[in-house]
Amino acid sequence: MPQVTYVSHDGERTTLDVPLGTSVMQAATLHGLDGIVAECGGSCMCATCHVYVQEDQLAKCPEMELGEDAMLDGTASPRRPNSRLSCQLVMVPEMDGLVVTMPETQT
Amino acid sequence: MASGGPADGVVIVGAGHGGFQVAASLRQNGFDGRVTLIGDEPHLPYQRPPLSKDYLDGKSGFDLLLMRPAAFFAEHRIELMSGRAVTAIDRTGKAVALAGGSRIAYDHLVLATGARNRVPPLPGVELDGVCYLRNLAETDALKERLAACRNAVVIGAGFIGLEFAAIARGKGVPVHIVELVERVMARVVCPETSAYFGREHQKTGVEFSFGARVERIAGEGGKVSYVVLDDGRRLPADLVLISIGVVPNEELAATAGLAVANGVVVDERLLTADPAISAIGDCASFPSRHSLRNPVRLEAVQNAADHARCVAARLVGKPHAYEALPWFWSEQGALRLQIAGLTTGFQQVVLRGEYEKGEYSAFCYAGDRLLGIESINKPADHAFARRLLAAGRRVTPIEAADPSFDLRAAATARG
Ligand SMILES: Cc1cc2nc3c(=O)[nH]c(=O)nc-3n(C[C@H](O)[C@H](O)[C@H](O)COP(=O)(O)OP(=O)(O)OC[C@H]3O[C@@H](n4cnc5c(N)ncnc54)[C@H](O)[C@@H]3O)c2cc1C
Ligand code: FES
Repeated sequence: MPQVTYVSHDGERTTLDVPLGTSVMQAATLHGLDGIVAECGGSCMCATCHVYVQEDQLAKCPEMELGEDAMLDGTASPRRPNSRLSCQLVMVPEMDGLVVTMPETQT
Repeated sequence: MASGGPADGVVIVGAGHGGFQVAASLRQNGFDGRVTLIGDEPHLPYQRPPLSKDYLDGKSGFDLLLMRPAAFFAEHRIELMSGRAVTAIDRTGKAVALAGGSRIAYDHLVLATGARNRVPPLPGVELDGVCYLRNLAETDALKERLAACRNAVVIGAGFIGLEFAAIARGKGVPVHIVELVERVMARVVCPETSAYFGREHQKTGVEFSFGARVERIAGEGGKVSYVVLDDGRRLPADLVLISIGVVPNEELAATAGLAVANGVVVDERLLTADPAISAIGDCASFPSRHSLRNPVRLEAVQNAADHARCVAARLVGKPHAYEALPWFWSEQGALRLQIAGLTTGFQQVVLRGEYEKGEYSAFCYAGDRLLGIESINKPADHAFARRLLAAGRRVTPIEAADPSFDLRAAATARG
């Protein structure tokens, strides 16, 4: 099964199985990982599932849609070029091994 | 330890969106005392919005509804008591009573009891086939009925009724919505947005009776078979969804002598007149600096979660007035509605974008005060609207109507 590694703000790493079709956000909340809030439950409405994708893996992720792009302008922690909303990162085979860092705060 | 001592910690009544978030935020803020989360539903805390969306549609299962897995509560030392109802508050003894007789003492009590379905005083509401959509149990029952449904009648054209209608139509079920006033979502969106949504639902085959009153629900052999309107019409139905709004669960507070008025009355810190009792979320009536009229009682995930964070911060010694900008969303089939701010009391609506195409925002004004912005299939506008309104920046009606006006620049400007 594909895996994603979540790095907390203070460097702690957790690797989780993420089934195809499940989002990086869903896997994290199902596991109860601190660091992803996901208030809207994945509707791309809240920007509390913000992650930084490892730079060299950005191209493996699905393209960003307008709504995500706009919501990223309103994140609680600074937006960076590798910022994504993890609810929009739905697992596909190419994303296996993805490493995402969680921001200092989501709210 | 005497009852009411510091070791009794925080007791939260209601394990929904707000209650869960208080517990989680207390721990996140380093609160070290006891945290007890009591909820009368038998499940782990779960999210409500998907109930009328992907969950009802069968696109996602129970595991995806959960706020967090069971282990989360143990790891964070949150004493979760599911399936337990609080029946009374003893303010003098600083304890709550549970159904079945036990008592739990508190230093601070948070009421996060939410709201319950408004049940109309109609003959026939007790018939088999009359459904509601508020909690998981009701949604499971509704889902099962929907699978075998031949004719659905929805009473009330609010968010829940419309979200249900979109899913039912997607399954090919005929839907007839009966609404007392002349337009959909009349309490919360402007007439232009009502008109757009009404038309789009009609295009998918939803039938509407506006300005119509249900007189009774009729049945045979204990099962619903049709709905009678006040003009004498009979609408065939083997499923009737009643979605005419909710009433706040305020009785615990009222019986304990706390003020209630369409919700538990709290101040700008979300505190009741008893300094040991807060109220949040759907059950709380509070003053909002974003509202033209006060107090307000809101039904939104944002409201419950931000209230929860505000109370948790106060309980760890970082008090601040509650000032978060209200926002809300609804998904009805392909239609996505997002609202930033509180538009109640608006006098003027300025449309921006392509209304006919269904990609627009409605800027709602009272005088030159921008109260709120409804965005329809325009997520970028919504994101900017939230920033604008939260920062109290001005956008005049003329600017809003001007396609060359740069909303992003206005929203992201400094100062
Ligand atoms: C079907 C549906 C769809 C929705 N969709 C959206 C949406 O798309 N976007 C949005 O922003 N909002 C939506 N909402 C609204 C949102 O879910 C609510 O505003 C939110 O759940 C309020 O949180 P709360 O904690 O105040 O109350 P709730 O989440 O309702 O939780 C209250 C809990 O307290 C329990 N309780 C009550 N009394 C007691 C007692 N005496 N003892 C123990 N437990 C008690 C209740 O059973 C309940 O479990 C939706 C609501 C529903 C029902
Ligand atoms: S979970 Fe809300 S935007 Fe991702």
